[in-house]
Amino acid sequence: MEYALELRGITKRFGPIVANDAVDFDLKPGEVHALLGENGAGKSTLMSVLYGLYTPDEGEIRVDGRPVTINSPLEAIDLGIGMVHQHFMLVPVMTVAENIVLAQEPTKGALLDVDASKARVRELSERYGLAVNPDARVEDITVGMQQRVEILRALYRGARILVLDEPTAVLTAQEANDLFRVLEALKADGTGIVFISHKLNEVLEIADRVTVLRRGKRIDTVPTQGATEESLARLMVGREVLLRVEKPPAQPKEAVLEVTDLEVSDDRGLPAVRGASLTIRAGEIVALAGVDGNGQSELVEAVTGLRPVQTGTIRVGGTDLTDSGARGMVRHGVSHIAEDRHRRGLVLNFTLAENLALREYNTPKLSNGWLLSLKRMRDRARGLIREYDVRGGGPSSLALSLSGGNQQKVVIAREIACNPRVLVAAQPTRGLDVGAIEFVHRRLVSERDAGRGILLMSLEFEEVRSLADRILVIYEGEIVGEFPPDVSEEELGIAMTGGGRQREAAA
Amino acid sequence: MSTELEPQPGEVEGEEIAEGYAQTPAARLAAYFDGGGVLVPVLTAVLAFFVGGLVILITGHNPLSTYKAIFNGSGLNWIFPWVSGSERTTAALNLQQTLIITVPLILTGLAVAFAFRCGLFNIGGLGQYLVGGYIAVWVGSSFAGMPSVLHIIFAIVAGTLGGAAWAGIAGLLKATVGAHEVISTIMLNWIAVWLGAYLFALNGPLQNTDPSQQSVPISNDIVAGAKLPVFWGDPELQGLHIGIFIALAAVVVFWLVLNRSTTGYEVRAVGFNPEAARYGGINVSWNYFLVMAVCGAFAGLAGTLDLLGWQFHIATNDVLNSASGGLAFFGIAVALLGRNTASGTVIAALLFGALLSGTSQRNLDPNIFEPELAGNLTFIIQGLVVLIVSADVIVLTMLRRGRSMFKRRSATAPAAKAEAS
Repeated sequence: MEYALELRGITKRFGPIVANDAVDFDLKPGEVHALLGENGAGKSTLMSVLYGLYTPDEGEIRVDGRPVTINSPLEAIDLGIGMVHQHFMLVPVMTVAENIVLAQEPTKGALLDVDASKARVRELSERYGLAVNPDARVEDITVGMQQRVEILRALYRGARILVLDEPTAVLTAQEANDLFRVLEALKADGTGIVFISHKLNEVLEIADRVTVLRRGKRIDTVPTQGATEESLARLMVGREVLLRVEKPPAQPKEAVLEVTDLEVSDDRGLPAVRGASLTIRAGEIVALAGVDGNGQSELVEAVTGLRPVQTGTIRVGGTDLTDSGARGMVRHGVSHIAEDRHRRGLVLNFTLAENLALREYNTPKLSNGWLLSLKRMRDRARGLIREYDVRGGGPSSLALSLSGGNQQKVVIAREIACNPRVLVAAQPTRGLDVGAIEFVHRRLVSERDAGRGILLMSLEFEEVRSLADRILVIYEGEIVGEFPPDVSEEELGIAMTGGGRQREAAA
Repeated sequence: MSTELEPQPGEVEGEEIAEGYAQTPAARLAAYFDGGGVLVPVLTAVLAFFVGGLVILITGHNPLSTYKAIFNGSGLNWIFPWVSGSERTTAALNLQQTLIITVPLILTGLAVAFAFRCGLFNIGGLGQYLVGGYIAVWVGSSFAGMPSVLHIIFAIVAGTLGGAAWAGIAGLLKATVGAHEVISTIMLNWIAVWLGAYLFALNGPLQNTDPSQQSVPISNDIVAGAKLPVFWGDPELQGLHIGIFIALAAVVVFWLVLNRSTTGYEVRAVGFNPEAARYGGINVSWNYFLVMAVCGAFAGLAGTLDLLGWQFHIATNDVLNSASGGLAFFGIAVALLGRNTASGTVIAALLFGALLSGTSQRNLDPNIFEPELAGNLTFIIQGLVVLIVSADVIVLTMLRRGRSMFKRRSATAPAAKAEAS
């Protein structure tokens, strides 16, 4: 057999918990083999075993047919195994070339041979079409570029087996496409690639075979040819998953949120939203679609009271709430599922009870104005945890101990518990697996049907088209068009990149 | 099928994530403390004493007998019922000294700890302590006819507010123009020091009015009615004043405000994640100001109680000496060792109080260790505590090593570490 890598019967236990249960996995040279599974399915454990971070309790690892034991990442690197982690391990103040050769520097006497380093980097980057500037500092380059540097570093160290841990999670759509082209080139050169992901469409696009893990067990290994998103999701979750949101037609009523001629500046004081107007009615989901960085985040922040408004008005239920602050907005019925749950949506070091109280800790519900009622906070948390099926902790668990999907449920529970008229959901499914995405989507639809107006800010085509009743496209801070949800991807794409505006100008 | 492979809320997993997102000092500290529980401060103290012991050894003394002499010098042997006779009398006197010092240590510890919980680093304990003392000495030495209880309350309230106002300047600067509180509180320390040097200097505005003392740069004495009552020991021999109950009450207030009040909820939210706090509708700038003012109140109260309780006057020399190694600086070590909690602060304050009085010239047995050297030992241990806590990596790494070894052996640890991401 000409497998570059074989994992046979790998079992890894943590006390009573079996993280990997007799898992088989193999990889041919020049193949992309995806490892698919929900959060907690055992993907990362398996790869940590491969990379020498964990010692397996049972099982065998073979590289090029030879049985090996791997006790540290250094030994893995020596065996030609390279790993690109989700969180990059680069030195920000050093140049691209310096980062790549780090730990295996070409030297001239006692000094770093700068020219040789650059030459090696250039040679590698040309061979695989991984364009980078060897002299740029890592802190100055984009996330997509940093990922290329990570890949180049693995290649520089002689990797023939490359493990990519959720590589697209941090990338824009364009960067992800670029990455896939790089992977094609690596494949053609005989490098075997393990592609860890929970994004089904990507797996189908790039991988040759897929191994699905569920609760530590290998469920199946299938070729991607003939597989569909539905079939993979079923393997992954163990039941039928509704990838398409089923929803009755919207029955919009009165306007609940009216934004008129809004102008907002970004952090540097430059105009980010330029005269945007939009209306959201009770009982509809309006999506704000656009390429990242076109003012949608600033618009969301202005509407939720987190960013000052330069000019224009924001009315909720007819009341002018312009510049009434985050608390004012919540009090008047605007809830906000924040874009980044770690940075903003949650206090990770707070318990769930405390996090669930963030909006209402000083209202009569949870305090007497001065003293908190811990009992009421706990009782309320217990109820919400049950209602939203938050798993992995109780009212007194710290938020940071939950998985991403459960953390997001906590945020959603809190924001809906305020009983808002308008729910602003910014990238509500970012980083979640299919099961959790399904939960969030269903919940948003049911809140719509309960008569709330929902503003959905999302960067995902699929999500926008399947969830929204109307799609507003934002481009360079302006709302450049409105589309029905059955708009074609092409048409939406053109509008999002400014095509719509040009056409209008021409007409 | 069981659900046991859901990501477990195990402590290991929590640490992993906490490291990734611990951006503020408070969150970083929280991750550090969650990582070790009560074990970390104990280990920190043990490590500091161990290195201190090495220092003693290098000076050619026996560390064990030296530590025992310090223990006896602090009067803590008073708690043993078999200590009797003259030994017991001495122990009581020494313990009174220890507890007198513990009072300001508790309060300056709270002044640092409260700031920490809001993500602020209050280095200004000294200045706040001094300003509180200046005001207390002025109020306490004036208004001679006032009823005693009123006079004491007046002096305490005034001194406390003085400290609050002094620290409030740093809070205001932080809240309005974003000036870093570390810089501004250090600056305010020096301003307070030289303010004192001016106030009580010869012909200074608050120099004493006693005709026979005109050549001495010292304040008026606190009048008898404004002195805090002594409830243990002889008032003439610096017995223990009731300030210790006020300090303990402050500890209770600290705990209540932080853990039970809506204000404390805001303070902790801001400390862990200011961005999330803002999102939750909390006024972050106001909290910075408020917290600094509360910290200043604690430190100002410390200065006030010291003056009303046993110092009774301020000399410019004392003020200038306090700038290098005054009691107020110990507040930082107290808060760090006490993990910024109410109970931890009391214990750490008592530890440092005992060390300070146990190594003083008056209390330490000179046959075992020269007190001139021993005093410096206290500063060495203080420095080591700050160093070890600041370089949290050391203790945490030791703990992790120990823990993972334990895990490999017992194989009962929570799992799913790798799945945390």
